[in-house]
Amino acid sequence: MNVILISLITLGVVGAVSAIILFFVAKKFHVYEDPRIDQVEQALPGANCGGCGFPGCRGFADACVKADTLDGLLCPVGGNETMQKVAGILGKSAVEAVPTVAVVRCAGTCEHRPRMNEYDGVKHCFIAHNLYSGETGCSFGCLGLGDCEVACEFDAIHVNPVTKLPEVDEDKCTSCGACVKACPKLLIELRKKGPKSRRIYVACRNEDKGHITRKSCEVGCIGCGKCLKVCPHDAITITNNLAFIDDSKCKLCRKCVEVCPTNAIVELNFPPRKPKVETAEAPKEPVNA
Amino acid sequence: MKTFRMGGIHPKENKFSAGKKIRTAEIPKQVAIPLSHYVGSPSESVVKKGDMVKVGQMIGKANGFISANVHSSVSGKVNKIDVQLDASGYKRPAVFIDVEGDEWIETIDRSTDIKRECNLSKEEIIKKIQDAGIVGLGGATFPAHVKLSPPPGKKAEILIINAVECESYLTCDHQLMLEKGEEILVGVTIIMKALGVSKAVVGIENNKKDAIEHLTELAKSFTGIEVMPLKVRYPQGGEKQLIDAVIRRQVPSGRIPIEVGAVVQNVGTTYAIYEAVQKNKPMFERILTVTGKDAPNPGNYLVRLGVYLQNVVDQAGGVPAGTGKIVGGGPMMGRSLMNLSVPMAKGSAGVLFMKDEESVRKPIKNCIRCAKCVSVCPMGLEPYLLMTQSERNMWPEMEGNRVMDCIECGSCSYTCPSNRPLLDYIRFGKTTVGGIIRSRK
Repeated sequence: MNVILISLITLGVVGAVSAIILFFVAKKFHVYEDPRIDQVEQALPGANCGGCGFPGCRGFADACVKADTLDGLLCPVGGNETMQKVAGILGKSAVEAVPTVAVVRCAGTCEHRPRMNEYDGVKHCFIAHNLYSGETGCSFGCLGLGDCEVACEFDAIHVNPVTKLPEVDEDKCTSCGACVKACPKLLIELRKKGPKSRRIYVACRNEDKGHITRKSCEVGCIGCGKCLKVCPHDAITITNNLAFIDDSKCKLCRKCVEVCPTNAIVELNFPPRKPKVETAEAPKEPVNA
Repeated sequence: MKTFRMGGIHPKENKFSAGKKIRTAEIPKQVAIPLSHYVGSPSESVVKKGDMVKVGQMIGKANGFISANVHSSVSGKVNKIDVQLDASGYKRPAVFIDVEGDEWIETIDRSTDIKRECNLSKEEIIKKIQDAGIVGLGGATFPAHVKLSPPPGKKAEILIINAVECESYLTCDHQLMLEKGEEILVGVTIIMKALGVSKAVVGIENNKKDAIEHLTELAKSFTGIEVMPLKVRYPQGGEKQLIDAVIRRQVPSGRIPIEVGAVVQNVGTTYAIYEAVQKNKPMFERILTVTGKDAPNPGNYLVRLGVYLQNVVDQAGGVPAGTGKIVGGGPMMGRSLMNLSVPMAKGSAGVLFMKDEESVRKPIKNCIRCAKCVSVCPMGLEPYLLMTQSERNMWPEMEGNRVMDCIECGSCSYTCPSNRPLLDYIRFGKTTVGGIIRSRK
């Protein structure tokens, strides 16, 4: 009986003293954390993809709370809806961000871009890129080994086994930018999703002179400048024999698509064109933007 | 017999072109002389379209410390300065020259007499080597004058001439030693003078007995030069491995050979230095081995820079039937060529035809933890671990495991019973970690 009593008292005293010490230590070294960080983190999708440029969702939440305005802070996965929620919690206003999506700037399928040799090394774009320029004559084009596919956490990009080109699933793509970083050929770009997902872009990165590009790929940009001349909005620039469409200036008139001799300019999700007789008038009517 | 102490393998030697006399390759109608080098920044072109150039005239000026001058290898008219696909399919700047005749600049001494005396001072020798655009011919094409100017506070004690030619198939250095033995030894004395050392060792692997005998005989009339036979072992031609084999000193991780008092030069480089210093001949030609199991006419060719490999291969009997892969360089370190329209560069040592069945990779199996890769690694690394870390993008761990020490010799991939692409992944990691280290500075 005595033994039990002694042990109970000893343990009780030790516990009580420890509790007092812990209580004062906790008071002394208390770190104030804004409770809103937790709230913001709750509102975020929790993908921890790093697409916002911060280490995980909590890092982003922390940055949102600390920032004076929400300018430049965007959760690409959650998009506007999430940012509105975050803005609501913090009592700040979120700038309406234009949704973007990843596009692959290479259209050189097996049929357009003949294979000149066979790569039997490691199926890893970066390793192949380090070794040599690729199976085709185009040293700028897609290697098709799927580094982007591995990098994507949202199952949104897949290499098509027939064309050997990656294809982006628009519904799943959150434009986190993981594939952009993974591509050693810098082929993937985040572009404005566009109204009704309509987009026009140059699906080529080949900076060779026209005749060299022509030899290696049927659909490569040869830098002829036809699109530059026809564009009424000054959205197109040509540097190093390669056209680029600025998505902030492009009004989706599709004139450049028509004049491109190699079909290097790609239009996505547009309704089928009207028969040829009417095309002369078609550009006059405003595009349903 | 000495060899290096850590790791190493002994692949089949297959030296089919051994003992074949060096033949001078014909000069084609047009050449494309590359302005870029394997390391360092590309040279700046100093000629323009339409200029007439002579053999040996400077056409590219070194751009920066780690860079070398480029000289015309033919006489004729500059057609254009444009890009040219290199062996890996990427575009590099090159000077295209239409060949007209074969007129050399007057300063080059074209006589075949051997000039043994060199009365130039240290600085003059190094200046001449630098002006002649000499780079290491062992493969890395590191400018020779950089190695001969040790950083302040460091003193060279011994010169080691790399004549091991440990790569299978290649015989260009071997044949050069047989035919130009005395010139090479004069070259050694010149480098010794430039470095201020009194001792030089020529390390030759024991499978070149005729070259060892020949050079030992010749070395008797030179002071301070020793010819050392070495046990056949790959990668003995690696700088750090050769130093270990010859003088039993290990270069610390991340350091250069001068830290242990050694300077290594390739035997081909030594010959080029002889020609540059004694004959005023800049580097515009080198010896190329064309070989392969089915090669119709394996041999060693003296080829001018910028000549398309296709031209040389045509003279050597063309590409044999059933060739699956053509490798530029040796089978271990060489890289397969995209096509044969690649101009000869300073670092090209060989063209190797691999048969179809030799050229395909076998299916990758799981690692069985046999640690063969660990035991063959000449740098004492753990290739299996580095590969796994590279697959998982564990860059800080890879740096801790000294991935930057890897000399990319390929012994690990060669020996792996599961055919794992160890070197591919390690090279991937090495590139990435190298980038991370550079970005810290």
